[in-house]
Amino acid sequence: MSRTVARHAVLLTGVTALFALTACGSSSGGTKDAAATGGSGGKVTLNLVAYSTPQAAYTAEIKAFQATPAGKNVDIKTSFGASGDQSRAVASGQAADIVAFSLAPDIDRLVKAKLVDASWNANQYKGMITDSVVVITTRKGNPKNIKTWDDLVKPGLQVLTPNPFSSGSARWNILAAYGAETKAGKTEAQATAYLTALFKNVPVQADSGRASLQVFTGGKGDAILTYENEAIFAQQNKQAIDYTVPDSTILIENPIAITSKSSHPTQAKAFLDFLYSEAGQKIYEDNGYRPIVSTTPGADKFPKPAQLFTIADLGGWTAATKKFFDADTGLVTTIEKNNGVSTTGK
Amino acid sequence: MAKHSLRWVALAYVTLLLLLPLGLVTWRTFEHGLSPVIDALTTSEAGHAFQVTAVVSVLAVVLNTVFGVTASVLLVRHEFPGRRLLNAAIDLPIAVSPVVVGLALILVYGKFEPIGRWLDHRGIGIIYAVPGMVLATVFVSLPLVVRAVAPVLEEIGTDQEQAARTLGASGFQTFRRITLPAIRAAVGYGVVLSLARCIGEFGAVAVVSGRIVGQTQTATLFVQERFENFDQPAAYAASFTLAMTAVVALVLTRYLRLKGQR
Amino acid sequence: MAVGLPLLDDPAGAVKPGRVRNRGAAARRGGLSLVTTYLSLVVLLPLAAVVYRSQSQGWGHFIHAIQAPESWAAVKLTLVLAVAVALINLVMGTLIAWVLVRDTFPGRAVLDTVIDLPFALPTIVAGLVLLSLYGNNSALGVNLAYARSGVLMALLFVTLPFVVRTVQPVLLELDRDMEDAAASLGAGALTTFRRIILPNLVPAMLGGTALAFARSISEFGSTVLISGNIPFKTEVASVAIYNQIQSDDTTNAAAVSTLLLAVALVVLLVVDLAQRLAARRG
Repeated sequence: MSRTVARHAVLLTGVTALFALTACGSSSGGTKDAAATGGSGGKVTLNLVAYSTPQAAYTAEIKAFQATPAGKNVDIKTSFGASGDQSRAVASGQAADIVAFSLAPDIDRLVKAKLVDASWNANQYKGMITDSVVVITTRKGNPKNIKTWDDLVKPGLQVLTPNPFSSGSARWNILAAYGAETKAGKTEAQATAYLTALFKNVPVQADSGRASLQVFTGGKGDAILTYENEAIFAQQNKQAIDYTVPDSTILIENPIAITSKSSHPTQAKAFLDFLYSEAGQKIYEDNGYRPIVSTTPGADKFPKPAQLFTIADLGGWTAATKKFFDADTGLVTTIEKNNGVSTTGK
Repeated sequence: MAKHSLRWVALAYVTLLLLLPLGLVTWRTFEHGLSPVIDALTTSEAGHAFQVTAVVSVLAVVLNTVFGVTASVLLVRHEFPGRRLLNAAIDLPIAVSPVVVGLALILVYGKFEPIGRWLDHRGIGIIYAVPGMVLATVFVSLPLVVRAVAPVLEEIGTDQEQAARTLGASGFQTFRRITLPAIRAAVGYGVVLSLARCIGEFGAVAVVSGRIVGQTQTATLFVQERFENFDQPAAYAASFTLAMTAVVALVLTRYLRLKGQR
Repeated sequence: MAVGLPLLDDPAGAVKPGRVRNRGAAARRGGLSLVTTYLSLVVLLPLAAVVYRSQSQGWGHFIHAIQAPESWAAVKLTLVLAVAVALINLVMGTLIAWVLVRDTFPGRAVLDTVIDLPFALPTIVAGLVLLSLYGNNSALGVNLAYARSGVLMALLFVTLPFVVRTVQPVLLELDRDMEDAAASLGAGALTTFRRIILPNLVPAMLGGTALAFARSISEFGSTVLISGNIPFKTEVASVAIYNQIQSDDTTNAAAVSTLLLAVALVVLLVVDLAQRLAARRG
């Protein structure tokens, strides 16, 4: 009996030790990247709810902001996740003073829920904070020489793009492809045929842009459609990829807003002003985003595609969502359905 | 011999499905030596994440143990209308996907829903705070203690309990001094399995946590976040820790299961 | 693990001495209130809210939501996979339980311990690992990811313990006398198994299989990473529900969820009935 007790004791000690090691070791160990939110007893606490890709950028922004006079007594708690998930979380009650998402409809949802003023996009930048473009990302060295939209539909190629019913990134990708075709003079029918051919080359649709990128870096696929800032981020993290900015692509515009129920609107506005300042825009730039303020030094190092169109050129988000992504009648829904039925097995 | 071929089939099946994944996590974690692992686990973010996991899991297990033992006694030793329905209802959480768990809890306890609003006016926040995470964890691990204890209660029979009653013991005394000691090993087994399950919960907690870095981010959410930021050392280090906790829990449950069978 | 409830319809109380009739009625009521309140607050009320939400735009809308092509394809795939997984587990689970109880070999203790791993291992760790093993850069050289077989493997992983752990205790309890008698009468191993042992195992096998089925319906994390997640092809119901939530189609999401819940409940109750019948005959 005592042997069993001893055994139990040893095992229990083991489990406790494991937890103690991880939980307590942190207080003495170096804090790699938590300094941003660990303000020393800031008087005011703001909540930033953002999508997942600019996490590194915002960590740096917060640190820089807290070094300025306006940010000295401001502590900012952060939450990062998929853009749609985060938006819905705020809509169902998650505390937020500042929200930053990947596409405007995720802010519109909050306007509808009366959590963000309808005037959020009234400033000179229309409520946007950063830009990016849809690019074609490939393996390092681009061994299969995939550079254009036409290259993507070559038979036998594997192209990755996320599931358009759960991912904003996927929607930007599809609209970029469709827009590129129509801007090149193709008819709607031809553009739709292009999308069909493209989807035939898609073997897996992860549920978000970042997950899709990880599937790619994990070895699957020949090319992947991503945000430019995603490709840059992956390269900064030593992933073996290259990317090409197609001649014709869509301008991705990322929105930001202060919530109407924020209890610290002054400090929130101060943070926002910092993000629009040259210092703030430079940090975004260092993390792969195209600054929205065109005078930011270094903004011209981003390649300019010959043909850059926006969501407005495609009728705006509301019309585009209905036309392409409606669950019953959307263009993409029909394409996916036809592909699913016509190809068998795996 | 037929007996030996069965053995090999079982071993092959289990190795393929279980042991290889475990080996792979270990290999990937220590690919570059021990120090990256230590570094990754000693950041304050990692520390906070494990703390949150510990707090949420322990609370959930305590709640489910009280419920589990009570429900087992009710199901096995008593009869009442709706007993079969209760039995099925306890198993129901297994069929609910984590996304739906999150949705369901938010529909009731969300700040803008009737009950949630009532609680919010009294300063009680459930969703996007620790209580909501405990709730989600309790949901997914609900059946475990019941299913560990009920079969044992069934098996030991009521002879001793009835003897105690005829000798004048009250219901509670009988429970405390006869029943409880008899099912101790089974309760232990259920507790350890529950604890492991709670520590490992990801999906449902992800939806209701709010993912506030340093506050409502659990160890599993930490793994996902690190992996998404291409910080594979940290993701695998945390995964390894979680996997080892699971293995320790398994070894413990084996002893407890064997003890109960003796 | 699902307990086959002891027979209630035994007036004399002679067969199963597990009933404490009419004793401690107050304690029973107290315990019952505690249990029911807890269950309601945690499980029943939230699930009821989902069902309520699913019909908030009328039952016509509910039917339409279920029949929507993407949802319907996902539900069909999920149910087919769940049945396949349940059947495979029925066979493999029983086999493994048999090997654990009736066979001795070095490493049996490890095997026995490791069976519970899918319960204990965090789903996200399992998912990451399954992807590495079966994906493109697979250590095994097997490329199963992004195919229905990939989803099957993921589901078999998470459901492994269910049948094993329900059958194992029953096998341990089994009285060997009848088997010895059958053997001495000339029955072969297979016949003995089929006619003496199997009938005693059936309730436990059914119970475990029902749980494996229920678990397969709900699986989300590991299937997203490994299935390819192609709508209309390899997208499972839980992912379809997630997508609907993402598109603010909460009512539709609730409808599909309610459908799956109903299926699970029916399966659990039917199996409970089958267990009763099987136990009665044995």
